[in-house]
Amino acid sequence: MAIKLGIPSKGRLQDKTFDWFKARGVDLSRSTSAREYAGAVLGIDGVELVLLSAGEIPRELGAGRIHLGVTGTDLVRENTPLWRQSCAELTLMGFGHADLVIAVPNVWVDVDTLDDLDAAAARFRADHGFRLRIATKYHSLVRDFLQAKGVADYQLVDSQGATEGTVKNLTAEAIADITSTGDTLRANHLKMLSDGVIHRSQAALFLSKTASLNSDETQSLNQVLAALEISA
Amino acid sequence: MLNDRRGRIRAEANRLSEFFIAQGALPVEAASLQPAEILLDLYGEDIRARAFVTHDAHNGEQMLRPDFTVPVVQMHMDEGAEPARYTYCGPVWRKQEASSDRASEYLQVGFEVFDRSDPAASDAEVFALFAELLNPLKLRAATGDLGILMAAVSGLATLNSRKAALKRHIWRPARFRQLLDRYSGKSPVPASRAALLQALNNQSAEDVIAGQGTHVGLRSPVEIANRVQALADDAAADHISGSEVALLNDILNLREKSTIALDRLRDIEVDMPAIGPALDRFAARLDALAARGVDVDALDFEGSYGRTSLEYYDGFVFGFYAEARADLPVIASGGRYDAMTAVLGRGRSIPAVGGVIRPEFILAMQEGA
Repeated sequence: MAIKLGIPSKGRLQDKTFDWFKARGVDLSRSTSAREYAGAVLGIDGVELVLLSAGEIPRELGAGRIHLGVTGTDLVRENTPLWRQSCAELTLMGFGHADLVIAVPNVWVDVDTLDDLDAAAARFRADHGFRLRIATKYHSLVRDFLQAKGVADYQLVDSQGATEGTVKNLTAEAIADITSTGDTLRANHLKMLSDGVIHRSQAALFLSKTASLNSDETQSLNQVLAALEISA
Repeated sequence: MLNDRRGRIRAEANRLSEFFIAQGALPVEAASLQPAEILLDLYGEDIRARAFVTHDAHNGEQMLRPDFTVPVVQMHMDEGAEPARYTYCGPVWRKQEASSDRASEYLQVGFEVFDRSDPAASDAEVFALFAELLNPLKLRAATGDLGILMAAVSGLATLNSRKAALKRHIWRPARFRQLLDRYSGKSPVPASRAALLQALNNQSAEDVIAGQGTHVGLRSPVEIANRVQALADDAAADHISGSEVALLNDILNLREKSTIALDRLRDIEVDMPAIGPALDRFAARLDALAARGVDVDALDFEGSYGRTSLEYYDGFVFGFYAEARADLPVIASGGRYDAMTAVLGRGRSIPAVGGVIRPEFILAMQEGA
């Protein structure tokens, strides 16, 4: 059996992943049909390329169904409980930068820090009778962060996309989402909190600690790591 | 024969339960699935990290009960006769820490007293029963009183808004300390706040808000302006004095035997008279404990005890620990939670105190494993 390397199935993340491996002398190739989600690693035997949604790669790593995987550090932390037990972050790849931040309306001139957010949440709850809503899809990361910072009287509401629009739509008072330039936040009349960066994310190569390896597979894995000059 | 550990834990739980029934407690049951909204409103989103949530189209979110206190209080507020003593015995479910090998489902046996007549006597009754049950295990008892801390905060010579903020974070010691540092001038005003206050010198709050462009969201310009005004008031107010902070620290750092702790607190009261009534309650509790045979000269008291528990305790708090067994967490714990009955009672409230025991840990001590 071959070991499996999971990489994002489309978009710039895939292109940059190919470039990153190529710059290190490892040629990844997609199968001849661009529609087939498979490929190969040229020059190293026994490595199969698996193309997956970046959001599913953490789960596959955690379950040990792929041995290596490229995905965002944010996605692994959010989607894999106790991720350090099931995965090792081998190396940061230097692209796919995005920050998970808390943002509030520009007009909240009284709110710039988490301390302000906490105080505003207490008043909001007293005024409206419900806890201040923060829209996000990163529930674990946001909750752990706010708990550690001692912010209370908020609730997380799920938003799987167009999260910046939830405030204008009155389904949330604030958001926690990924941003790289802040343009979408500004376009939606939102601003970041000055101490509200929850996680600075980028693409990384992960090794599954749960995937089984026979001696051939171990050899293949070591060849890949040696080519990439990574000691695992 | 099977190594029926679960059966032995159940038998131990039944024994504890029968003890409380023999003391006059009414056995009660509670549903395993509780409406998530009530628990979330009480404990905030943090509870999601501790409790298991279920989802279905009809009932929405529910939680596997993380404790019995909330459903028992609700049951009492809805249909209970006063005064009341309840006991319960059943599984609760808690998510465990990352590296923990602790069970996420375990049995709890509890005893709760709802009685207006004499809170000090009720505190002593609950503690003394737990002490009697646990006596053979030679545990160390820890006690505290969050009511004293709250009275101290209420007595600070400062803005009510600051006192409210400090009280709101009594259970979050790090945030409490951060607020205290700012209100006492120990930590600087954040730059953004200073800039906002500066802008208010030649602009109204409404103008500053309007200057930010399009308004989005449910939080209205009036709400924002109100908080801006509160920030301006806060900036104009005097710092909490160093001597008051020192008194508060003395209370927080106090670790003594109970009778000595009371003496020390009476000394603090000279400079902080607001804690007087809370100390009278503490003194009455010590008398009631002594009357029940508890050696209060040897009973540990900690000024900060109970601040990091998830519970809603706001008065007497206690816990029993196996000092020789560092692997075991608190064996039994409890306290007074009058404020929670007000929240769940929608306008009504009743003094309430109670505690829970983990039978599996008693068994672990008895079996030495």
